[in-house]
Amino acid sequence: MAIVAHTSRFGKISRPILAWAVGLLFFFPIFWMVLTSFKTDADAVKPEFLIFFTPTLENYLNMTENYDYWRFAQNSVITSVFATLFTLAVGIPCAYAMAFNPSRGTKDILMWMLSTKMLPAAAVLYPMTFLTKSLGLFDTHFMIILVLSLINLPIVVWMLFTYFKEIPKDIIEAGKMDGVNTWGEVTEILIPLAWGGIASTALLCFIFCWNEAYWTVRLTTTEAATLSKLIEGNRAPEGLFFGRLSAVSTAAVGPIVVLGWFCQKQLVQGLTFGAVK
Amino acid sequence: MSLKSILSAATAMSLVAAGGAMADGHSKSLTIAIVNNGHMINMQKVAEAYTEETGVQLEWVSLEEGVLREQVTSDTATGGGQYDVINIGMQEAPIWGQAGWIEPLEFGAGYDMDDMLPAIRNGLSADGTLYAAPFYGESSMVMYRKDLTDAAGVTISDNDSWDNIKAAAAAIHDPDNGVYGACLRGKPGWGDNMAFITTMVNSFGGAWFDADFKPTLDSDEWNAAINFYVDLLGTYGPPGSEGNSFNEILALYNEGKCGMWIDATIAASFLDVEGVAYAQSPNAGNPVGANWLWAWAMAVPAGTENAAEAKAFIEWATSKDYIKAVADHPEFGWGSVPTGTRASTYAYPEFQEVAGFAAAELAAIESAAPEATDLKPYVGVQFAAIPEFPEVGSAVAQEMAAALSGAKSVEDALAAAQDAAVSIMEEAGY
Repeated sequence: MAIVAHTSRFGKISRPILAWAVGLLFFFPIFWMVLTSFKTDADAVKPEFLIFFTPTLENYLNMTENYDYWRFAQNSVITSVFATLFTLAVGIPCAYAMAFNPSRGTKDILMWMLSTKMLPAAAVLYPMTFLTKSLGLFDTHFMIILVLSLINLPIVVWMLFTYFKEIPKDIIEAGKMDGVNTWGEVTEILIPLAWGGIASTALLCFIFCWNEAYWTVRLTTTEAATLSKLIEGNRAPEGLFFGRLSAVSTAAVGPIVVLGWFCQKQLVQGLTFGAVK
Repeated sequence: MSLKSILSAATAMSLVAAGGAMADGHSKSLTIAIVNNGHMINMQKVAEAYTEETGVQLEWVSLEEGVLREQVTSDTATGGGQYDVINIGMQEAPIWGQAGWIEPLEFGAGYDMDDMLPAIRNGLSADGTLYAAPFYGESSMVMYRKDLTDAAGVTISDNDSWDNIKAAAAAIHDPDNGVYGACLRGKPGWGDNMAFITTMVNSFGGAWFDADFKPTLDSDEWNAAINFYVDLLGTYGPPGSEGNSFNEILALYNEGKCGMWIDATIAASFLDVEGVAYAQSPNAGNPVGANWLWAWAMAVPAGTENAAEAKAFIEWATSKDYIKAVADHPEFGWGSVPTGTRASTYAYPEFQEVAGFAAAELAAIESAAPEATDLKPYVGVQFAAIPEFPEVGSAVAQEMAAALSGAKSVEDALAAAQDAAVSIMEEAGY
């Protein structure tokens, strides 16, 4: 008994410490990036100015003067929002069918969908470039939305499938008995019941779309270029100028951090959906 | 605020934004892919006058160097048209020109081609045809603290011997007071440590390849040069030199921690410590010389539908008038003009007044010798202008950094570098 009590007391102290340590570990790079964004490029690499320095908005002013930040941000919003909506529009019916009307091949299909994520993006760079140019879709919002949707569809279907499997099939059957058609089953029963899971899936999908940098850099020039391209373009041939790069990065991740902050309740609710039965 | 309302607001915002984007009309415009170089960033503001004068809209796309190369090559391979003007370096210009990826450049008499520094012009040409026009050029030189050398009673001369450079570094080396004798590039990369190391190897009489383009990293010259480099930087350099390249050393220098720095001439315009003096790069007896040569230039990719407008823009952006326009611009002035391209720039008294390094920079560029010789069968000083060089250079760079950090002996690092270089070159069909 004494051992149990000791462990419990140790756990009470150590768990919060561990949680804080892990939290700080994850937060530190973001904190450091924000801090560096207020240093000059020269101060950013000087050890004596690690914590204490004279803050400056020079990097942010340079960014807004030299680059059209709002155009990049606008493109990020457009492509991320529509890609998320499109992915959900395809992913929800797909996951519904697999969760409630599974066939012998359902698991194989899920595995196959996931396996497409294993293909290195660089392997299809030239075909994708050639295809988008041939179709006249290079540097268009439509193409970026399509690419982001297809990239994230496997993950979205997997996540939604997992959430939908937690919903008792009897509820869907009861709806059928009451004369609800398939559309009604999805919109009136499934979505309200799995709203937390759908919301967290949408948020994660949105974050993935916002942060995607391989295709958004390579399949755009000016019209559909997102914030990823703004960051990429700030890498100078002489090396990394940490001050200005941190300012651009902070401005790029700022909106998504704010969105995540406001939606953290739904995010946690969705991610823990079905965790305790 | 609920998630539903956030998503609704975001969707509405997107629709409005998309509508705005679609409503934008398309006038005659040039899409210009640039590297994030200070002079190119300034050009975006100076070029507003060009748009006012000609009506040609300019769309600037800033890209990381590697991504820019990748995009231009994939654009060319898929029919072109993505960019009308591109930034390329001296390593690519002759290769891409000969491959037909970029168009030859010819300008009117008013452009004054003879004013362009011959070494830069030659480096951007192939078989006498100019394929890219320079907007900024550089060589390398010694930038040393004369107050320290005077106090130590040593001197550094133009094209000094490496032994004297080492003796000077030893004399001014004072780590207890935070001053290191020699700061040199150590961070691995074909454009980082290998840029400096290649010039040093050149000065020891070595080269990357023999006449049959077989790698020669197992030669006595490479061995002597790398042993000297590791000894010089390991003994008199700042700790952690294997992580230092241009930016890191610039910061150290401006903190007063470097007694001597051998690097790009452009560095001189960023130095804000007192008592800096300049000397031409050291040499160990190679008649070719050891100071490097680099230029960022503008080219017209094959496949653009706006080649005539693109060439007209390049003609303006690399002209004498453009340099004067930067000098007269209210935000810039003579201290911000792009250097290393035209002889006339160095003749302006206003420029000489603000650029104490001007004479040394001009001398370094003019004496650089990128052309192929009996000593090296390729074009380029600190690189070889062949498509395979970036891969070879990057592989060797890792080994040199390992030798500098002490992870490998110089002999082992050179042997591994030679094996890697041979493998890459054989795979490429040499």
